[in-house]
Amino acid sequence: MTSKFVLKLYVTGQTPRTERAIQNLRRICEQSLGSQYQLFVIDVLEQPHLAEQERILATPTLIKELPLPVRRIIGDLSDTLKVLQGLDLPIPRTGGTQE
Amino acid sequence: MSHNPHQSAIEKLATGIGGFDLIANGGVPEGRTTLVSGTAGSAKTVFAAQFLAEGIRKHNEHGVFVTFEEPPSDIRRNMGSLGWDISTWEKEGRWVFVDASPQPGEEVMFAGSYDLGALLARIESAVRRIGARRLSMDSLGAIFTQFADGAVVRRELFRVASALKRMGVTAVMTGERTQEYGDIARYGVEEFVADNVIILRNVLEDEKRRRTIEILKFRGTSHQKGEFPFTIMSGEGMVVIPLSAIELKQRSSDIRVTSGNVELDHMCGGGFFRDSILLVSGATGTGKTLMTTEFMAGGVRRGERCLLFAFEESREQLFRNATGWGVDFEQMEHDGLLRVVCEYPETAGLEDHLIAMKKIITDFRPNRVAVDSLSALERVSTIRGFREFVISLTSFIKHQEIAGMFTATTPSLMGGESVTETHISTLTDSIILLRYVEMYGEMRRGLTVLKMRGSMHDKDIREFTIDNRGMHIGRPFRQVTGILSGNPIHITPGEIDRLSGLFGDDGNAGQG
Repeated sequence: MTSKFVLKLYVTGQTPRTERAIQNLRRICEQSLGSQYQLFVIDVLEQPHLAEQERILATPTLIKELPLPVRRIIGDLSDTLKVLQGLDLPIPRTGGTQE
Repeated sequence: MSHNPHQSAIEKLATGIGGFDLIANGGVPEGRTTLVSGTAGSAKTVFAAQFLAEGIRKHNEHGVFVTFEEPPSDIRRNMGSLGWDISTWEKEGRWVFVDASPQPGEEVMFAGSYDLGALLARIESAVRRIGARRLSMDSLGAIFTQFADGAVVRRELFRVASALKRMGVTAVMTGERTQEYGDIARYGVEEFVADNVIILRNVLEDEKRRRTIEILKFRGTSHQKGEFPFTIMSGEGMVVIPLSAIELKQRSSDIRVTSGNVELDHMCGGGFFRDSILLVSGATGTGKTLMTTEFMAGGVRRGERCLLFAFEESREQLFRNATGWGVDFEQMEHDGLLRVVCEYPETAGLEDHLIAMKKIITDFRPNRVAVDSLSALERVSTIRGFREFVISLTSFIKHQEIAGMFTATTPSLMGGESVTETHISTLTDSIILLRYVEMYGEMRRGLTVLKMRGSMHDKDIREFTIDNRGMHIGRPFRQVTGILSGNPIHITPGEIDRLSGLFGDDGNAGQG
C-alpha cells in the first residue's frame, strides 16, 4: 500500500452494467485501498475522443494507470478475484479479514 | 443523410471501383452493410480501402475506416503503393481511422460481462465528425480474436450494423474464409450482415493464380451472377473485368471496312463489318501475320487509325516482314496513324494484359485493332481465364465501334482446329481459315471464309500466293476435297459436277 492508485473507468451511459461496474469497483477499492486511490469515471458517449485516445472498444473498461504497469480490465468487475489480480492487490483469505 | 430504414426500394451506391458497379448493377445497396468475405491474400483490405478512396476521389463522399487488424500506419503505407494518399485525406477531414487494432505489449484481463459500446460510440462520433457516407471495417475475424466471447461480438456487430443503417451510412465489412469454396465466413458473421455478401477468391488453377469476385447476394435488389476476374494495379487498385455485363450493350453496324485486300473484300461480300471481330486461323507460316499487316495497311491507306498488338514477333521482325510485303510500317507510325505494340505474353498475367490493352486502345482511339496472335496469350492462362479475356476484349472493342482481327495458330500443319479457335469461335463474327494444301507433291496455300455473321460470302476454298506485294487470292481449288480436315483428296471433274448436281444452286448466306 505504498503508492497511490490512479484508476480510470470507461463506461457507456447510465446503464445497469455501468452502475454495477462502479459499485463493484468502489467496494473492492474501499476494502483493499481505503482512500489511497483516485477514480475517474468517463462516459464515452459524452467524451468519445477520450475513448479514441485510449483506443477503448469494450465497456466497461478499467485502466490502472498507476502504479505501473498499466493494465486493462474489461467487464463489469463482478469477478472480484480477477479484479484484485489485475490491480496487483493481495487476495484476502477466507473469512474476509483485511490487512 | 438520414434514410428511412423501412423504405421498400433499395437504392444502389456506386462504389467507383473499376468494373465493379457494372457487375453490381449500379453499386452496393445504399445505407446497408455488405459483407466482403475471402481467404488470406484475396484483397479484402484493398476492397475495403478502395471503397472509401473512390468515394473521396469520384463522389466527394467522406469515409470512416475501422481497422481491427493492421494499425493505421500500415494501411496508409500499403495503400500508398496503390496511389492513394490517405494522410492528405485525413488532414482534409475526408478520411478518418477508428483504430481498433490490438495494442502489443499491453495486458488485458476480463472480469465480468461487457459490450462494445465504446466502439459503437467511437464509430458514431467519427461518422458525425466528418459527415461520412461510407464506412469500411477490416476485418471482423480480428475482433473475434481480441474478445473471447463470440456471442457478445456478434451481438455488438449487429448493433453497429443497425446504427450505421440508422445513420444512412453504406458500409463494407470484411470477413475471413478458410477455403475458397466453403462456408461464407468464419465465426458465423454472415448471420448479421447476410443481406449482402460478396466473395473474393484467389484460386490456384493450372499453376496460375486467378483472382475473382462474386456477388453472392444483394437482398431485395439485382446483380450479375457468377465469378468475374479482377486484377490489382498500381495507381488504380482493384479493377474488375465485367464480361456479360458489358456484352449486352453492343450495337452492330452494317458499315463495311476494307480487309486491306480487294479480293478478300470480294469474298466477304464487300469487306468486314466495322464493329465486327474476325478470327484468322491457320498453321504457322500460312500467312496470318500477312493478313494482319494488310488489315493494318488497308486502314492506314483510308486514313484510319490502326493499332497492332504483337505477341509473337519482335518489332524489328514485324517491320522487316511488312517491308517484304510492300508495307512501310515505319512511315505509317511516323505519320501517327499506326501504333505497333510488341509484348512478350509471359511479361504479365492475362488480366494485366487486358487492362493494359484497354488503356492503350482508350488512349490511341484506333478505328481498327489487330492481335497477333491470341494463341500466344493462351499460353499464359487457363482455358477459362482465356475465354473470359477474349469475351472481355471483343466486347470492349465492339463497344467502341472498332474493327478487330485476331489470329490463332493451329497446331498441325495440315488443317485441324486450334485450341484457341475451339474456345473463341462462337465469340467472333467472322472466321477465315488459312490452310496448307498438298497438290501433286507441292505445298500450296488455301483460304476460305468459314463464317461471316449477317452477310453473304464466298464459300469457295481459294488458292492464294504471297509475293513482295502481299497476298493474292486466286481460283478455287476445284479438284481437291478434304482440305479443311487436313486430308486433301484429288477428285475428277466429273465427280464435282455430280456433287454440285445433288444440291442445286447453293445461294444461302453462311451463318457459321
